[in-house]
Amino acid sequence: MSVLPTPPSPADGVQTPWGRFASQFAESRLAMAGLVLLVVIVLTALLAPWIAPQDPYDLTKLDLLDARQPPGAQSMDGLTYWLGTDGQGRDMLSAIIYGMRVSLEVGVLSGVIALSIGSVLGVLAAYLGGRFEQVVMRIVDIQLGFPAILVALILLAVLGKGIDKIIIALVTVQWAYYARTARSAALVERHKEYIEAARSLGLSGARIVLRHLLPNALPPLIVVGTVQVAHAIALEATLSFLGLGLPPTEPSLGLLISNGYEYLMSGKYWISVYPGIALLLTILAINLVGDQLRDVLNPRLAR
Amino acid sequence: MFVYVLRRLSQTALVLAITSLLVFGGLYLVGDPVEILVNPSADQIEKERAAAALGLDKPIHEQYLTFVKGALTGNLGNSFVYARPALQVIFERMPATLELAFLAMLIAVTIGIPLGLYAGLRPGSPVSKAIMAGSILGFSLPTFWVGLILIIVFAVQLGWLPSTGRGPTTEVLGLQLSILNVEGLKYALLPAINLALFKLSLIIRLTRAQVREQSLLDYIKFARAKGLSNRRVIGVHLLKNIMIPLVTVIGLELGSVIAFAVVTETIFAWPGMGKLVIDSIFQLDRPVVVAYLLVVVFMFILINLVVDLLYSILDPRVRLADVRS
Repeated sequence: MSVLPTPPSPADGVQTPWGRFASQFAESRLAMAGLVLLVVIVLTALLAPWIAPQDPYDLTKLDLLDARQPPGAQSMDGLTYWLGTDGQGRDMLSAIIYGMRVSLEVGVLSGVIALSIGSVLGVLAAYLGGRFEQVVMRIVDIQLGFPAILVALILLAVLGKGIDKIIIALVTVQWAYYARTARSAALVERHKEYIEAARSLGLSGARIVLRHLLPNALPPLIVVGTVQVAHAIALEATLSFLGLGLPPTEPSLGLLISNGYEYLMSGKYWISVYPGIALLLTILAINLVGDQLRDVLNPRLAR
Repeated sequence: MFVYVLRRLSQTALVLAITSLLVFGGLYLVGDPVEILVNPSADQIEKERAAAALGLDKPIHEQYLTFVKGALTGNLGNSFVYARPALQVIFERMPATLELAFLAMLIAVTIGIPLGLYAGLRPGSPVSKAIMAGSILGFSLPTFWVGLILIIVFAVQLGWLPSTGRGPTTEVLGLQLSILNVEGLKYALLPAINLALFKLSLIIRLTRAQVREQSLLDYIKFARAKGLSNRRVIGVHLLKNIMIPLVTVIGLELGSVIAFAVVTETIFAWPGMGKLVIDSIFQLDRPVVVAYLLVVVFMFILINLVVDLLYSILDPRVRLADVRS
């Protein structure tokens, strides 16, 4: 009888980088809970038209007689308002699901654009050095000296309302964080041998920056990215709450909370509180995942 | 040192000039304040008269030049809405914002540093874990939503504290402050807690990280080896060294608290600068918006400068003259 060779178990250290990354990430139960929550939130937001009990943008579906119903109330045609209704008779649960969609869209889109602009400028600054680096980093320094809310406030006061405007404002606020992170990561990478090798192969500067330097500077950028997306979502909600962000036609979570503000004093808490909880859970999930990512991707804490 | 301060101040002037130019030009593009200010039934002639009275009939570069000329003599123009100097309107509201910011920082520091110390010294204990979990929550909770919850719980449900507005004030050195009498403090408490929450989490996390980093260093081991009491090691040696980064962050955060007061003041109807600027943005009261931004930017740069100077006093290794900036 031949003995079957035992397959190498993960504990033997024969692991792909991805496998190692995944198992290190899974070490924190809190982070895994955050990840699961985040996946559920993103799926809910993506599948909103199929999941939401009501289309909150379809005004013909709304009945003003159903306005400000408490959670659990029934509509005329048998629909249960699990989280109550708002001032226009809109089902809060549906409004929250669609609002989450808008909030995530704004947060992720502004994050991706800011990441692209910031990381390219940052890596270029590290690669080119000289005058270019000085100018870019000077602007970064000045901008990071001011709080995000102030810069966004000025921009939106000038630009006005709209999803594109708020994305412009959020990108302007965020790019500097990415630029600073990308530059410091690239400064470390620049003197490593593989860059020397790429240079001696005679590759073009653009190719070295884009294909070699940028991918290797990516881990810290991902960490900053998760934190910044959470920030962007919170900031958008804050600005919308102040009446400076999105138009009321496509309410984000912040705008929903703002709409419920006027009913708060009369004890109709659900219009503000439930969108707030949705917002909190979204940000919390991203932060939990981000916290763990930072620990796993940090080379100083490498085990 | 002197040269350093001088250079920083000249940079300040440059930043202020750029800010004013950008904001002035930007605001010029949005809306027509005359439409909002005059009676809706006013005819064209009345509108033109109003525009001329506010200097809005001139082309933008002339308006900007007039503004700069005034600004150099300390006059940032008259508010369209209040018909008084914009700076005067802002300075009247400033004590309210400042007292709120200081109270918030005070809360954040007095609670945050002890909690951070505890979490840093006993990283494994359940209490520390609870503190750290709470700080993640504090980071994630959007300020404005916490404000609403505070109002629901403490003002509407429990009825312990007033929900909005500012209480009676006491005059001190010509400033109207409300936190110096009990009734006024009641009004200030909820907004201050709201404003403090985010900074509290930040200070807890920073203190903990510093404590964990520093307590492994040789000087702490040496102090312990000398047989110093635990209280002396922590209270004198450790605390002194973690104060350096803490002071920097606390100083810089003071500026951000002043900026973030915009949100808290709007929720709690606190009559400070932040509420003023939000109202002014909606009323297209350009002089007040521009003046607010210039004042806040100036305060910001001043705070940064003071923090840098403090840093060099606290940490003798830092030599400002060597820092090229």
